[in-house]
Amino acid sequence: MDLFVQLYRRLDQHTRTNDKVAALEDYFRVAPREDAAWALFHLVGRRLPRAVSPAELRAWAGAASGLAPWLVEECYAAAGDLAETLALLVPPAATPRAWPLSALIEHRIRPLRELSHEERRARIEQSWHELDGDARFLYHKMLTGGFRVGISRALVERALSRVSGVPAAELARRLMGDWPPDASFFERLLSTEERGTPNLQPYPFYLAYPLEQAVSSLGDPGDWQAEWKWDGIRAQALRRAASIAIWTRGEELVTERYPEIERALAALPEGTALDGELLAWREDRPLPFGAMQRRIGRLRVSSDELREAPVIFMAYDLLEFNGVDIRAQPLSERRARLEAVLQRAPEELKVSPTLAFPDWPALAALRAESRARRVEGIMLKRRDSPYGVGRERGAWWKWKVDPYTVDAVLMYAQAGHGRRAGLHTDYTLGVWNGETLVPVAKAYSGLTDRELEEVDRWIRRHTIEKHGPVRVVVPELVFEIAFEGLQPSPRHKSGIALRFPRVHRWRRDKMPADADRLEQLVALMNAAQT
Amino acid sequence: MSRIVQATSAGLYCEAGGFYIDPWRPVAHALITHAHSDHARPGHGAYLTAEPGLPLVRERVGAPVEGLPYGERRRIGAAVVSFHPAAHMRGAAQARIEVGGRVAVVTGDFKRDDDPTADAFEPVPCHELIMESTFALPLYRWPDASEIVREIHDWWRENQEAGRTSVLLAYAVGKAQRLLALLNPEQGPILYHGAMERFVELYRAADVSLPAARKATADDAKTLRGRALLLAPPSAHHSPWLRKWGACSVGFASGWMRVRGARRRRGADRGFVISDHADWPALLQTIEESGAEWVGLTHGYGEALARYLRELGREADVVRTAFIGEAGAESDAPPARESAD
Ligand SMILES: [Zn+2]
Ligand SMILES: [Zn+2]
Repeated sequence: MDLFVQLYRRLDQHTRTNDKVAALEDYFRVAPREDAAWALFHLVGRRLPRAVSPAELRAWAGAASGLAPWLVEECYAAAGDLAETLALLVPPAATPRAWPLSALIEHRIRPLRELSHEERRARIEQSWHELDGDARFLYHKMLTGGFRVGISRALVERALSRVSGVPAAELARRLMGDWPPDASFFERLLSTEERGTPNLQPYPFYLAYPLEQAVSSLGDPGDWQAEWKWDGIRAQALRRAASIAIWTRGEELVTERYPEIERALAALPEGTALDGELLAWREDRPLPFGAMQRRIGRLRVSSDELREAPVIFMAYDLLEFNGVDIRAQPLSERRARLEAVLQRAPEELKVSPTLAFPDWPALAALRAESRARRVEGIMLKRRDSPYGVGRERGAWWKWKVDPYTVDAVLMYAQAGHGRRAGLHTDYTLGVWNGETLVPVAKAYSGLTDRELEEVDRWIRRHTIEKHGPVRVVVPELVFEIAFEGLQPSPRHKSGIALRFPRVHRWRRDKMPADADRLEQLVALMNAAQT
Repeated sequence: MSRIVQATSAGLYCEAGGFYIDPWRPVAHALITHAHSDHARPGHGAYLTAEPGLPLVRERVGAPVEGLPYGERRRIGAAVVSFHPAAHMRGAAQARIEVGGRVAVVTGDFKRDDDPTADAFEPVPCHELIMESTFALPLYRWPDASEIVREIHDWWRENQEAGRTSVLLAYAVGKAQRLLALLNPEQGPILYHGAMERFVELYRAADVSLPAARKATADDAKTLRGRALLLAPPSAHHSPWLRKWGACSVGFASGWMRVRGARRRRGADRGFVISDHADWPALLQTIEESGAEWVGLTHGYGEALARYLRELGREADVVRTAFIGEAGAESDAPPARESAD
């Protein structure tokens, strides 16, 4: 663990990108291969299956430190991070032991799932005797499957590229999909020999930046291809020799969840890779997003679900054709091939239509139809653009429709996590229903740090009641919340669930009585459901 | 039975002696435990403080202040008062108040760790203990201060090798002088922000041994950048003043740095866990040694400690005050004009 702990500290202590890349480089140059593979596994955000629940860990750590559960909770609320809280509360290690990272995972984490509750507890208590400080903290993070160091994958790839001489884009490709975190994988990853794409491996996704400048600044409309921005699940569909795979952007393999797509892909020629969107669809338009949500979590789909929320794959790019990686070709050529490949494909595979627009105002007029069409806005892609890696500025833009907004009153507040630990940044906001406020959204604040601190001070001085970590405050502050959609929800007191609500700005100019009313939201929802 | 010291809207009040301790509204007679601005406020009629803190409190309140040597007893009305070292900063005192054979102690802010600029904490037996509880959660346990001082020097050296100025953020009164006393001037130039100058002078005038260090000037920013260690108050972080120093690494010295989230929120590169307040074990030890029948808690996580003590069968309550504690987290108290510590 020592090298890995050192790496973690350097990443955590340095705010500058170059220092972080240097820390990664230093680590990958010296770390044993089997440890480096596991470090990489965690750095790119993959997680071990959870070996122990946070509730168990909390209870055992409380017992080990001789503290009542409520006091452990108080500490957690103050520190904002469970793994850190428990690492600080458990007494210091009695017999410290320097575990290599891979050995720690093999001996102290992976076997836990096979053990009984009591054996698991004993093994973890043993680890507490062996690990101190940051090593213990990282151990907890790996145990609960929530390891995040807040560095982007691109930085990890850059560092590995410097260590190995393999181009970063090639490393990104090799790191896609499922790979075993072991020494031989790590060696193959950094090897400069050419390799074909393994059978099930997807390509790195190319991502668009939000368009914040005027659309006319993009120049000649003729250089751009426009499509709807679909509101589904971004995915890659692969038809390779004797295998079919559907990967989401989160690199989750979801083939079996969408049997209708899996069947349709079988009809494609071998050596085809499509980029597109999984969408719940009926007749010629998407179903409301709620229908898609019912399918997302299902491992086995019932015939009812297949009937009520049928899914299609809306393809918008072709990455592999006849088994050849064609990502470097211009979009216009890939697009022509995509249309040819899917010409006689089953109806579950559709080509995302391009939008004809003579000039930018015409496109703006189309964008205004987005909500009625249940799309999120418009995608703009340069016709000459290759299919790149990760998020880049310039060639692909998403021009989203403006979010819905509502003015709501702050009702409850709770302390945040991470760098917002101890600061009240999680707000519950309500709108008026007659004379009373009814909560409609729990939103993490999108305010500036300065505003957050000001609101935090206000909250502390205007608390009426405390229920554990939740403070009930005087209903006085008005915030504008932005959200992407709304749907009926019997689980919410208001009867409405907002999609992606966030605090947009603080309306200091408004009195609580000026906030919106529930009737207005109901009317919006009814309009959106039709 | 009423307690010797009561919480009133003007501050902690001893009726038998007719005086207040660290009051926040103007009163006739004030006992001052130490020179932080939330404890020592201007506008009172008469001031009494521990002798070694006299020049510091006088600087703060801008009025005549009377000093009483540590341990010396003074009768005030029906009460007998004495001051005992609290080790929070130079001159910081616990106030011992005896009335008719019963004793109350108001600790003010205190710590149990060594501090070359302050007299060591003295445990004082009492019946009623009014104690600060800024860091009253078991999360807060201070590492050995000598270990942290070594970390600071290692960080400074690393920065020197990389050509970065080391900026150590710390409170201008008390913490800054303590750090100064612990720094080794042989490693490089030590400079401090103008906000610290007056109290550094007062410490030196009181014969506290501080190493060669001086106020940073605009010229220093050009000639000593990349080598110097610069002590600055937290408000200097992200200021135009700091930008003159080129590439910097910013460290923050505070008990709050025990928790990563607090450091990240402050945007500091490094956190050094060094505090002038008592940590959880020191708070418990102090209660134990006092033998108090009742504990009243001020600052910070008092509610948690009060509940913990009650579950152990002790009498304990939160006493509402306007004290702030070690800034960096806000207390539930009403706002003071200026944050202290
Ligand atoms: Zn204080
Ligand atoms: Zn103080």
